[in-house]
Amino acid sequence: MPTTSTKKSVLQYIGLGLFAISLLVFTAMLGLDDYKFNEEQILTPFAAGEDANYWQQDAAAFHQAHLKIAGEETGLFSETFGTTFASEKKLKQTYATAQARVKEYYETEGLPQDVDGEGNPKTNEEGEPALVQMWQVELPDWKLKNNAAGWIKNAATGPVESNPWLFFLLTFGLGALGGLLYIIPKFSAQPGIKNDHIFHNQLTRGLDLSWRSVFLTLTVVGILVYGFYYMDDKLVWPAITAAIGLAIIGLVLFVHHSWGRDARDAGPEDYSGWLGILAGTYFIAFYVLLYWADQHVVAWVHMVSPISEGIYQYFSGYNEGGEAGKWFLYGLMYTFIMLVMGVRMISKYRHNKYQIIRTISVMFFQLSFAFMIPEILLALNKGWHGDKATLPFQDMKNIWPLDYDFFHSWSIDGFIDNPGSLGMFMLFWGIILVIVGVPLMVHLVGKRWYCSWVCGCGGLAETMGDPWRQLSDKSLRAWKFERYIIHGVLIFAILMTAATIYSFLPNDDYWINRTSFLIIFSALLAIAMAVALVAYQKSRLTISKLGLSLGVAFGVGMIALNIYYMTFGGDNYLFASTGNVQKWYGFLIGAGFAGVVGTGFYPLMGNRVWCRFGCPLAAYLGLVQKFQSRFRITTNGSQCISCGNCSTHCEMGIDVRAYAQKGQDIVRASCVGCGVCSAVCPRGVLRLENSSEDIYDRAETERVIHIDMENGISLMN
Amino acid sequence: MHVAIIGNGIAGVSAARWLRKLDDAVRITIISAETEFHFSRTALMYAYMGHMRWEDLMPYEPFFWEKNRIDLERNYVERVHAADNKLEFADGTTMLYDHLVIACGSKWNKFGWPGQDLERVGGMVSAQDLQYLEEITPEIKKAVVVGGGLIGIELAEMLHSRQIPVSLLIREGSYWSNALPPEESRMVSRHIKSHHIDLRENTELDTIHDDGKGAAGSVTTKDGEKIDCQFVGLTAGVSPNVSFLKSEESIELGRGIKVDNNLRTSVPNIYAIGDCAELRTPREGRRNIEAIWYTGRMMGETVAYNILNKPVEYDPGIWFNSAKFIDLEYQVYGEVPAHGREGLASLYWEHEDGEHAVRINYEASTKAVRGFNLMGIRYRHEVCEKWIATETHIEEVLQNLGLANFDPEFYKQYEQDVVNLYNQQEGTKLELKTKRGLSAAIRFLRKAVST
Repeated sequence: MPTTSTKKSVLQYIGLGLFAISLLVFTAMLGLDDYKFNEEQILTPFAAGEDANYWQQDAAAFHQAHLKIAGEETGLFSETFGTTFASEKKLKQTYATAQARVKEYYETEGLPQDVDGEGNPKTNEEGEPALVQMWQVELPDWKLKNNAAGWIKNAATGPVESNPWLFFLLTFGLGALGGLLYIIPKFSAQPGIKNDHIFHNQLTRGLDLSWRSVFLTLTVVGILVYGFYYMDDKLVWPAITAAIGLAIIGLVLFVHHSWGRDARDAGPEDYSGWLGILAGTYFIAFYVLLYWADQHVVAWVHMVSPISEGIYQYFSGYNEGGEAGKWFLYGLMYTFIMLVMGVRMISKYRHNKYQIIRTISVMFFQLSFAFMIPEILLALNKGWHGDKATLPFQDMKNIWPLDYDFFHSWSIDGFIDNPGSLGMFMLFWGIILVIVGVPLMVHLVGKRWYCSWVCGCGGLAETMGDPWRQLSDKSLRAWKFERYIIHGVLIFAILMTAATIYSFLPNDDYWINRTSFLIIFSALLAIAMAVALVAYQKSRLTISKLGLSLGVAFGVGMIALNIYYMTFGGDNYLFASTGNVQKWYGFLIGAGFAGVVGTGFYPLMGNRVWCRFGCPLAAYLGLVQKFQSRFRITTNGSQCISCGNCSTHCEMGIDVRAYAQKGQDIVRASCVGCGVCSAVCPRGVLRLENSSEDIYDRAETERVIHIDMENGISLMN
Repeated sequence: MHVAIIGNGIAGVSAARWLRKLDDAVRITIISAETEFHFSRTALMYAYMGHMRWEDLMPYEPFFWEKNRIDLERNYVERVHAADNKLEFADGTTMLYDHLVIACGSKWNKFGWPGQDLERVGGMVSAQDLQYLEEITPEIKKAVVVGGGLIGIELAEMLHSRQIPVSLLIREGSYWSNALPPEESRMVSRHIKSHHIDLRENTELDTIHDDGKGAAGSVTTKDGEKIDCQFVGLTAGVSPNVSFLKSEESIELGRGIKVDNNLRTSVPNIYAIGDCAELRTPREGRRNIEAIWYTGRMMGETVAYNILNKPVEYDPGIWFNSAKFIDLEYQVYGEVPAHGREGLASLYWEHEDGEHAVRINYEASTKAVRGFNLMGIRYRHEVCEKWIATETHIEEVLQNLGLANFDPEFYKQYEQDVVNLYNQQEGTKLELKTKRGLSAAIRFLRKAVST
């Protein structure tokens, strides 16, 4: 019978069934355990430190006493809770009760007198006793925020907590088995393009523009509203972000005249794919829980803990330790998914050696550099040096500004403050990658060396995300949004990092100080501008004058700012609080954009939403690719038939056909060089290539046969 | 000046684009009854197979037409009144023009088979053909496709993607053997069969039988074999879609619309381009009607110059074409006749897997290279074109064959094998001097031709 789905064997149906079961178990297991809190576990974090003074000891004792009483009253210690939500609710209730009582006590009894380091009572200038502040003695909110997930995790009791391996096999194991049973039989089909029915499939056909807008708006507004709470009720950060967002929308729609211009709506003609909507919602929910509500996913963490402990204990030689945290869970899932879906990618494109080698490369880098090496380094820590590890642990292929906290003080400390030289090596390696590695490699082969061969985000997009690559928006309007947003994020990353380094560095005579940083920073900006301007002068590529002007204005502005700080000094660079800008960046870009939108939107807007619109490293690589690279996609003479396979399957939303049908080579900042346009072309028109022969006039020639009034009809010129 | 263009296929749209490129003031109207916007006809199959959405078939975004001030008229031309410079539409309205470009394309052939007008019998040329096939697909349990050209294999692949068993009937002994040399033709036949399509060589359609409800129910072949089917695809070539012009005697018709070398019809301000145009004096070695994408595009550009009083003769240049037979890619540059030619030598290399081949034709006497035929391998258009245009010696070509290779990175390179084969056949000791790579190709292409 005619059908609009691909042919599947019984084995493949079994695989799909197993995968569905694993997904069901994975979801349901969050509700299986019960939670029973014990008093000691809740009270321990409130014990006074060893060097606490008298009022701190008093406060700690009050805190513990009131928590104990409140807990007994609310039933926290006696009841058993069926869900993490009920547990969290009771914890909050208990904590609030204790908080109120502690506060009431100090309000009625008065605040104690402060003491100095020696233990002598402090007085103020008038000779009166100096009292401590209320915030120093009350029960702080952050202690609840920081401890809730840990308490709930330790309170768990039930099937998952007692049988982690069973659940691991039922989720990771069964999921991988089901996936492979579905994927492996595909190798028996003949090699060739395997895109049949992707737009008939409910999972991969995508959404129409209105549905997409609804999801995007809800997600962005949701993140901003939550951001207000996340930033401790400071309105300024979400407000500035919303204002910039609205400005970009205004620029694209009205200044660039996208309003009212029909783009291809590129949505399914009848209705949107409900499985895709379901999958997108699931992914978004997963990331929201993982990043901001990890107290609700403690069952998953319990499940993978034995593996984390196994790796730790094997490499460290200890008999205990190495419990998993949520990042271990995420890393393990990420690696599993990439490996299984990498096999799928290879089966799909196995007629194409470029795709096979590239896929093996991303699988390798994820398994080794991103996952195993940092875990092993962590395990090899022999003892701690203060609160710092003896060995640094770092994903050495992760490059600033994608690795946005590389220059944060705790990260730098992690590199410097350990006995060996590995940390210093990693610090220099990271800096060299940014300053030399990236420009050099992009010059030689284009940004693909990173984005589609090495990067973890790109690796996930190319493996797990491949079924949705066709959903990227190819309209000119989308391209305009892309340029403002991605370069906006790059600027944000640069500003945030500059502020970080500035406030971290000493203001003294040692050569690494604030002044030398500002000089180096200005010099790098000057070099970048010089390269761009020379390329603009020499190049016959189309380079947007507006874009170039905005870039130069930014560079000049930053150098002026640097001169100001060199001259007048100051405690903070640009921002009132470096901590807050770091926090907002981590929240908005690091978690919200890269995670929730970046991966959550795979089934809604394609697999490279983050790489295309958000990744600051991709923006940096892209600028080098556009201005100063040997890389381009060559169009083969006049052979293009405008079929549109290349554009449809371009995950970065490049309208490849628009160039190919003109016979123009493709030079685009966003191209990650995945090579799929070339793979799906039915006429052999596209080839990814590098050459230093014509860096400045790549893509200038139209190679379609056409008429030249002087020379008649010709293929070239 | 108002230029009306009948047809929004690649020829008509190329004409409109070049008219706008060359002249800012000219008023341009494209008339089509088929679709609102131009789409890539060659990609119809991908919409059916679910590789692309309908809108992905559009090479230009909808705002393109407004931005370039190209008016789109969704209408059907019933008559051309050449004397009055007037078009009469199916809805009774009319339109005046100063110049008319007819680019109305082709329709699929019916050769008078009994039953050819039944329901569930159709070709695959227009958007309506695709829509019709989509509508009747649920009723098709088995299909027969008739004709061994490029559309036949596409239609077979389309039906196959919906898991409908297909019998593909071709008159010849192997696939497309009137265009491909025997070795390549046999390779295509093998490839089709390996994809479980029931390819029947030396088989001709005799009759299409009614299933009793006015639709196709089975066919019989000339050998008397009966094949049950609920769809018959007729893909035995296409012919110019000119019946609406029969009432206008001033426009001279042959099989297509007769045009001179400036693409002008017998009426001075009426031009014809693309599939529907029939050249009175085609260039040597070329047919008078060439229903392919590239010639449509080139004619569109040429006609724009001619309308704007910049007379240019239509010159299709050195022949090239490409296609894909399921997963087997094919490219051709220059002279590659199906049955050879006196004095034309041919070096044919085929990989042992039977899915890759290179054929290089050259003059037996002068050794000047004439043509390239590639199966499962991609070659650079410009490089091949330059070798052919400059009549490069076959041995020079072979030693630099890497310049032409356009396969993706990491693909196995077969140039050495081709050179070895030549050495073996000719007793020469040529060595491959250039491997695949863009830099060398650019240097080669930029080098002035020494005369």
